[in-house]
Amino acid sequence: MNSNVAATKRSFVKAPTGITGFDDITGGGLPNGRTTLLVGGPGSGKTILSLQFLVHGAQKCNEPGVFVAFEEASKRIVDNAESFGWDLPALRRKKLFFLDAQPVPDMIQSGIFDLGGMLAALEAKTRQMKAKRIVFDALDIVLALLPDDIARRREVYRLHAWLLERGLTGLITAKANADDTSAISLQQFGFMQFMVDCAVILDHSVVHGVSQRNLRVQKYRGSSFDENESPFLIGASGIEVAVMHPLAAREGKTLNERVSSGVSRLDTMLGGGYYRGASVLVTGFPGTAKTTLSGAFAEAACQRGERTLFVSFDSDANEVIRDLASVGIRLERFVKSGLLRMASARTITGSAETYLMRIKTLARDHRARCLVIDPMSTWSKSGNDLAAHSVAERLIDWTKCEGITVMCTSLVDEMASQGTSGASQPVSTLADTWIDLNYVMQAGERNRGLSIIKSRGTAHSNQVRELILSDNGVTLTDTYTAGGEVLMGTLRWEKESAERVAHEVTEVEGKLKRVRLDAEEAELVVRVRSLQVELEAKQVEKALLARTTETRKGELSLGRTRMGELRGADVTASARKAAS
Amino acid sequence: MSRAAKFRFRLYVAGGAHNSTQALANLNAFCRTHLAHRHHIEVVNVFREPDRALADGIFMTPTLVKVAPAPGQRIVGTLSQRQPLLSALGLDEPEAIAA
Repeated sequence: MNSNVAATKRSFVKAPTGITGFDDITGGGLPNGRTTLLVGGPGSGKTILSLQFLVHGAQKCNEPGVFVAFEEASKRIVDNAESFGWDLPALRRKKLFFLDAQPVPDMIQSGIFDLGGMLAALEAKTRQMKAKRIVFDALDIVLALLPDDIARRREVYRLHAWLLERGLTGLITAKANADDTSAISLQQFGFMQFMVDCAVILDHSVVHGVSQRNLRVQKYRGSSFDENESPFLIGASGIEVAVMHPLAAREGKTLNERVSSGVSRLDTMLGGGYYRGASVLVTGFPGTAKTTLSGAFAEAACQRGERTLFVSFDSDANEVIRDLASVGIRLERFVKSGLLRMASARTITGSAETYLMRIKTLARDHRARCLVIDPMSTWSKSGNDLAAHSVAERLIDWTKCEGITVMCTSLVDEMASQGTSGASQPVSTLADTWIDLNYVMQAGERNRGLSIIKSRGTAHSNQVRELILSDNGVTLTDTYTAGGEVLMGTLRWEKESAERVAHEVTEVEGKLKRVRLDAEEAELVVRVRSLQVELEAKQVEKALLARTTETRKGELSLGRTRMGELRGADVTASARKAAS
Repeated sequence: MSRAAKFRFRLYVAGGAHNSTQALANLNAFCRTHLAHRHHIEVVNVFREPDRALADGIFMTPTLVKVAPAPGQRIVGTLSQRQPLLSALGLDEPEAIAA
């Protein structure tokens, strides 16, 4: 809003309408002190828009207003507007004046007439109230009473001149054909579009049985404006126009913080989790645990103490809680503590636009930091795909601006082939992280496979993991890759157990061999010892032998000498000695 | 309808606007022809008495209000066409017979 205020100062002054989005489109509101034409078919929201313009002026801008009702009695308008919570009765006392100017049905006409009487009356009233804003609702009713185009034109110019002269910000509403709001259908009052400074067209159409409202600013003199059709809806507090925020508006909002996905293995695959404020898309066939994955995310968010909104389109909130409890995701405690808000979209009906508005309102009321929408694909069912795409775009845009981490699931049509799954998903290109859940059919089994198709700004695992749901929660298991084939489920289990057995066998075999070798080694050691002993014995024996031989030799020679001595025949050594 | 019944009119005009002066002239001429000496005309200038116009719910000018005899009636326009005026005032039938 602040930026708008600054913008209006640069150009001329604008009268804010207080209508969400409308002031963004027009860069601040309706041209102040000038006339705006509001054209639309029956039930397109002309009266509500103009009334909201007056109420906002009276409540917020201190600009009292006058409502001239040509068609509907003011009492009924006030009663009908009751539901928007504008507190008209209080405003009527001072700041809002309703003028019932419905032509009397039995009014007799004789000759031509003009609107001078009304303008004189209004003149007095606006001066007395110091009114700044004035609405002529369904001017076409009174114009139709005039006999010819010249008279009509004259009265419109009279009105226009009067408004300009008084410096009132005027809003004139006029009907257009129900089926066509293009300028051609307005030929009757076509000149009004040229005369006024600003022209706004409201369109109410039905696409595939779903109501869709669009608003378009056709012209705006002296100001730039958003020229495209913008969807709008009549919400609980009046008209809300859906607008895309310009990219500049979300500068500096990019966060580097990571938030857990609720599945630790997945966090690792994503390099730490999702980015805060990122949009995560989970696609998959029915029953691929999309809801479970979002439930895990919601639980993790609540555990961190972050306020979370879980919008379920498929089932009742209590059902979701019960179903998630069966896989160990217990959300009930957070619902009780008020951290988590479960919203069942069964209570929301209408177009994709309505869904978005309601979700926004809910999220704002809840001050949610994390948001789960399960599944978003429901949107394309109500209304056309184009609208759903645009809504998804704006959802992501909005969550980015608010810094809300959003997780959307999207149902993939079972008929669609796996290769192209998600091709029709409009969000896939917008989402920051896209996780695809798939069934892998193998050996008569369907197993859930998880793969990260993309994740912006994150290094992520390229592998398909098997997603296993158990009482304890969600786990991701490595898939068994064997010979270029990915094995899951029972096959993986079989393969794994076979490997375990094989491993055990080798281990036992190794042990056996070791024992045998130990025994052999021991045997050898023993043999070496005995041989050594034998060797020693032999050495001893050998030494003994040498000694005995020596002794015998000595003995022998000694004996001979002794014998000679004894015999005395020969000179013995001692005798020879003695003789010499 | 008694001959003595007096018609009381109130004509709301937008000052001296063309339509309004025309209406006044037409009304005077009409009364002279059809309601000689049994009419009374009050002229209200909405520019001078806007609150009165607002209170009476007068949005188009000129507007002729038949105040009496009851029921009240409103005729919008310059009163240039006499036939709708006559039938509105219930004057066409008796006048035709009288003629």
